[in-house]
Amino acid sequence: MSILRLENVIKTYDKHTAVNNVSFDVPKGSIFGLLGPNGAGKTSLIRIITTITGADSGTVLLDGEKLNSNHPSQIGYMPEERGLYKKMKVGEQLLYLAQLKGLSKEKAKEQINHWFEKFNIENWWDKKIEELSKGMQQKIQFIATVVHQPKLLILDEPFSGLDPVNTNLIKSEIDEMHQNGTSIIFSTHRMEQVEEICEHIVLINQGQKVLEGRVTDVKNQFKDNLYKIKYTGELPDDLQIMDVADDSYKIIEQGKKSITVQVTEESASNKLLNHLINKGVHIQSFNEILPTLNEIFIRKVGPSEQ
Amino acid sequence: MNKLWLIVQREYLTRVKKRAFILTTLLIPLGLVLFYAAMFLIMSYEDEEKIKIAVVDEGGIMNKVLKDENDLYFSFPNESLANLKEKVEKEEYNGVLVVPKPNRIEVKDFTINYFSENQLSMTNKVRLEQKIGDKIRDYKIAELNLDKEQLDKLRSKVTIDPEPIKEGDKDSTSMTGLILGGVGGLLGTIIFFIVFINGTQVMMGVMEEKTNRIVEVMVSSVKPFELMLGKVLGIGGVTLTQMAIWAILFPLIFMGAQLFLGFDFGESQVAAANANAGVDQEQVESFAFQLMQEVGNINWFLILSAFAIYLLLGFFMYGSLYAAVGSAVGDDMAEAQKLSLPIALPISLSFYLIFPVMNAPNGTLAVWASIFPISSPFIMPARLAFDPPLWQVGLSLVVLIATTIFFVWFAGRIYRVGIFLYGKKATFSEMAKWIFYKG
Repeated sequence: MSILRLENVIKTYDKHTAVNNVSFDVPKGSIFGLLGPNGAGKTSLIRIITTITGADSGTVLLDGEKLNSNHPSQIGYMPEERGLYKKMKVGEQLLYLAQLKGLSKEKAKEQINHWFEKFNIENWWDKKIEELSKGMQQKIQFIATVVHQPKLLILDEPFSGLDPVNTNLIKSEIDEMHQNGTSIIFSTHRMEQVEEICEHIVLINQGQKVLEGRVTDVKNQFKDNLYKIKYTGELPDDLQIMDVADDSYKIIEQGKKSITVQVTEESASNKLLNHLINKGVHIQSFNEILPTLNEIFIRKVGPSEQ
Repeated sequence: MNKLWLIVQREYLTRVKKRAFILTTLLIPLGLVLFYAAMFLIMSYEDEEKIKIAVVDEGGIMNKVLKDENDLYFSFPNESLANLKEKVEKEEYNGVLVVPKPNRIEVKDFTINYFSENQLSMTNKVRLEQKIGDKIRDYKIAELNLDKEQLDKLRSKVTIDPEPIKEGDKDSTSMTGLILGGVGGLLGTIIFFIVFINGTQVMMGVMEEKTNRIVEVMVSSVKPFELMLGKVLGIGGVTLTQMAIWAILFPLIFMGAQLFLGFDFGESQVAAANANAGVDQEQVESFAFQLMQEVGNINWFLILSAFAIYLLLGFFMYGSLYAAVGSAVGDDMAEAQKLSLPIALPISLSFYLIFPVMNAPNGTLAVWASIFPISSPFIMPARLAFDPPLWQVGLSLVVLIATTIFFVWFAGRIYRVGIFLYGKKATFSEMAKWIFYKG
């Protein structure tokens, strides 16, 4: 079951095609990474999903329903370019934004107070935004994004500009919402965060989908069948010869008490391991080396910009 | 609809609650009243200095005519000019006035010498010239053996009184044109100021929202068009509130100033002017009565309701255009001024059209300017007092409503693209392209 489904979505501006026939599914309750280099079309896609702009063609289904004017109240969106009314009081501002998302005044107040308690900022209601530090403003921005308890949360580079303390705070909030069943789309070009947080990803480049799937599947898809063996003792002399003889593996790298091999057939890893053990080599560890998302990213779209 | 109302509320309340709004709303009328009070005091300030003038009356016609008044003291010593000049130096007199005997009746230009170290003030100079001139006239009348009373009868006052062709039509008086022109000009000017001030406010509001970068958060909840409309309506409400407060406050402060500061504008000046011009009080009263009657004759209900409609349409139309410009700019005030020129220019030109239109309220210029939608919000209200033909008002309204709807749509198209544009400078040709972007 998917919370969001895009089918053949196209969006062009003037002569530039920002989104070119993109389709993908965001599974319900998942943390989904929308990845791509700067200018790939991520923001254009997000604006279509958040109903800010319409697609030229194609369909977008939210929870099985075609996007319509009721949906903005079910989506929470934190844009990369954060912003609040500087002269407004924190409480008034959140109340206003929550009501625009369709909450009643009472319900909005209740939710805001809930978040104030959670973040230990009960006395902030009457503070003006401009009196707050940037990190504090980010907290308010986050509350504004989730105050209406959206089904789908879209976070565009949520950690940019946050200090480690606030990053962890927001991370744990995202995690908690995920536990409670909220589906989260996480747009970024910072791969180490994706690896840490996301279960599914889609990679966009130049307006087109480049790859899609579960993070583990994607990694398996791009793996080079590399294994790293750590050992003590001496390697048998015939290792090189065996390598040449049956062509089932290749030594890529030979380090001090470790080798990295690439196997060409599935069974080769077992054969190699058997051979080593039989020859009295003491194996300390045997690991498959999976590519990092960053490596996959670079392989698919060229050097990332970080 | 509910969201639009929320936006309007926020735009309105955050502005009205601002200290700056409260201060300007209260202080501007107060400042203006103080300004007028200061002007009044300066104008009515009379120098305490007493000026003693020795008159050498060569024709012997000035005695008793030049009476002591207003700190001017005259004496007619029988001494030579040289002696008197010495006395001026010794400061016994401030100056010596030499009035020569009018030799020949035909002479029209008289030059009278005033010997002194300090010049006469402007008012005193004019006053003296007037008095001496009057006396020379009397002297000439006597010399020519004319009858003064008969001479006065020669003066006639002519008034052209406009009359309707059909009996029963409204009979206007000679003053009607003047009063209607005044009322019309005033209404047109008020709309001009409101539209102009309001438009600039809307533009700044949009620019602020864009600079704050909150606009993307906003449009994930509401349509850009709703946001723009809410802004135009909310800020429009602020402008109207301020005008309404001023409409009440101005008369109150003026009355208060009259009561507490003990001076009255208008009346004392009018009375003084009348006294000088020799207009008698009865005439003034009948004039005032006529004025009141004329003002009462105007169909205020019709004019004010039409005024309100044109005002609303005008500020919707121009307000949304200003919002579009604000969306395309960001925080660059100079850029904003450049881009808003195509809006400010027609507004200003329309304002200047009010004057020729009031001169010929049913002329070709007036008719077309009050139908053409760019100028009609200012010109038609100005013409309304003159009872323009109904078809013209109808046509003007239809054209204006259509144009307003078009411009609000047009501005919305630019706005929805402009608010997302950062860093790049918008050009007119680019803005034109935005209109055709698909939703």
